[in-house]
Amino acid sequence: MTTKLPIGAGVGFKPEHFDAILADPSAPIAFLEIHAENYMGAGGRPHAQLAALRERSALSIHGVGLSIGGEAALDRAHLARLKALIERYRPESFSEHLAWSSHGGAFFNDLLPLPYTPATLSRVADHVAEVQDVLGRRMLLENPSTYVRFEESTIGELDFLAALVARTGCGLLLDINNVFVSAVNHGTDARAYLADFPFEAVGEIHLGGHDEDADETGAPLLIDAHGSPVADPVWTLFDEVIARTGPLPSLIEWDNDVPVWPVLRAEAARACALLQRHSRSAAA
Amino acid sequence: MDGLTPFAQALTAPDRRAPPGLAGPVARRFSVYRNNVAVGLIRALEARFPALLALTGEEYFRAMAREFTLARPPASPLLMRFGDDLPDFIAGFAPAAELPYLADIARIEIARSRAYHAPDLPRIGADAFTAAPPDIDRVCVEMHPAVAVIRSAHPVWTILAMTSGWQPAAAIDDWQPQAVLVDRPELDAIVRPITVGTALFLEAIDAGEPLGAVAARAAETPEFDLPAALATLIGERLATRIQTSAGDMS
Repeated sequence: MTTKLPIGAGVGFKPEHFDAILADPSAPIAFLEIHAENYMGAGGRPHAQLAALRERSALSIHGVGLSIGGEAALDRAHLARLKALIERYRPESFSEHLAWSSHGGAFFNDLLPLPYTPATLSRVADHVAEVQDVLGRRMLLENPSTYVRFEESTIGELDFLAALVARTGCGLLLDINNVFVSAVNHGTDARAYLADFPFEAVGEIHLGGHDEDADETGAPLLIDAHGSPVADPVWTLFDEVIARTGPLPSLIEWDNDVPVWPVLRAEAARACALLQRHSRSAAA
Repeated sequence: MDGLTPFAQALTAPDRRAPPGLAGPVARRFSVYRNNVAVGLIRALEARFPALLALTGEEYFRAMAREFTLARPPASPLLMRFGDDLPDFIAGFAPAAELPYLADIARIEIARSRAYHAPDLPRIGADAFTAAPPDIDRVCVEMHPAVAVIRSAHPVWTILAMTSGWQPAAAIDDWQPQAVLVDRPELDAIVRPITVGTALFLEAIDAGEPLGAVAARAAETPEFDLPAALATLIGERLATRIQTSAGDMS
């Protein structure tokens, strides 16, 4: 089984929604996701909230700071903190990114792109294997949104991801907004990318909002900003994906300009309705 | 130099040029990453130092934060600790020389965020002190990890309270040293004023000095109010345990 997360809609948990979530037990929320690094303090409100939520909800822990795509060895201290967090909350899923965020001893606090070559594939595979060894569990790796491409890349992103799955046994977190953002930014076809995606490895889907800009030539430049509703073309792609795969755990990410709970709840309800529609059509 | 190094260096390089080896027209595209890095780190500092932000204004704070992130980028992905050396940076930051209290305000905010994330250890109150051995020269008190004392040569409590809207803004005519106590009694970190004498007393206890020695020294300090200091320590349950020099604890 690729995932232990319940099939349904989830949301990225924000502390300002804590009271509203507790007061809304009928919300169509099958699971919550947190960013691991926000819960690496020792105690206080973050853990008080997370412990209370964990009692009533399935949990996904999503790391944003491990720099799995980086050149340096993984940060052992950070990996140990992750292990402690995972042992404390026993989440149904742990995921991280095909990206790097640290280099030369500095942490950049962004998910940065890497070239896709045999050498980087080996390195990332080693990192994923090390994470899984230390944590003692399978992880999901998320496809990135990118704004640039490396001339030295010789492997397509899908082949790169599929090779990582084959070499490490990891699962994948399919971020459909990232697929759309990257496709628009690089003038490629999101549907063609998704047609060949290794869906059998997918344990979770991410949906999020993006900003629209343009580069110096006037070509569209989408920014993976997570500060707005999911865009209509991304909903359409999501609909097409689950028509093919059947319902999967599907998360709304809204990290910046966080809305009031009813707005985020409505996004989750929309995802939930789509999942249910495909659940019924699969059963029929 | 190869691999990701040119990309990493270009993220913070002053010439704002994209690194070599990227396909197509990349100036604007690469600037998205450059902007994400700068804004992300500055926002992390804004979240950790809200009083400093309010005190200096957005433009000043962001310029200072930008200089700080370039000079001392975080080494760890734990942004809840990013800025631990901001007071030290501010102390050597020439444009802040006219605002000598900024570094101490930053120290208070660091203590406040540490308190927010501090371990959930139990606290002891009057009963534990009553049960402690009568020989107070052998008694050391371990402070709760959420507790911190900040002493300043400047009226930092008044400045913080005015900046945070806890008291109305007004000119500070009586520019005196002040001290504050930072703690997290429940889930919210608090800051409150204490006398400089109480601050010295709590600092000495926190440094591991036996209660008897601290009390004797404090008694020699003019205007020091030992009962008031003890009332703060015991009444506000600032300690997590009592240790005797024999090594047993309660």
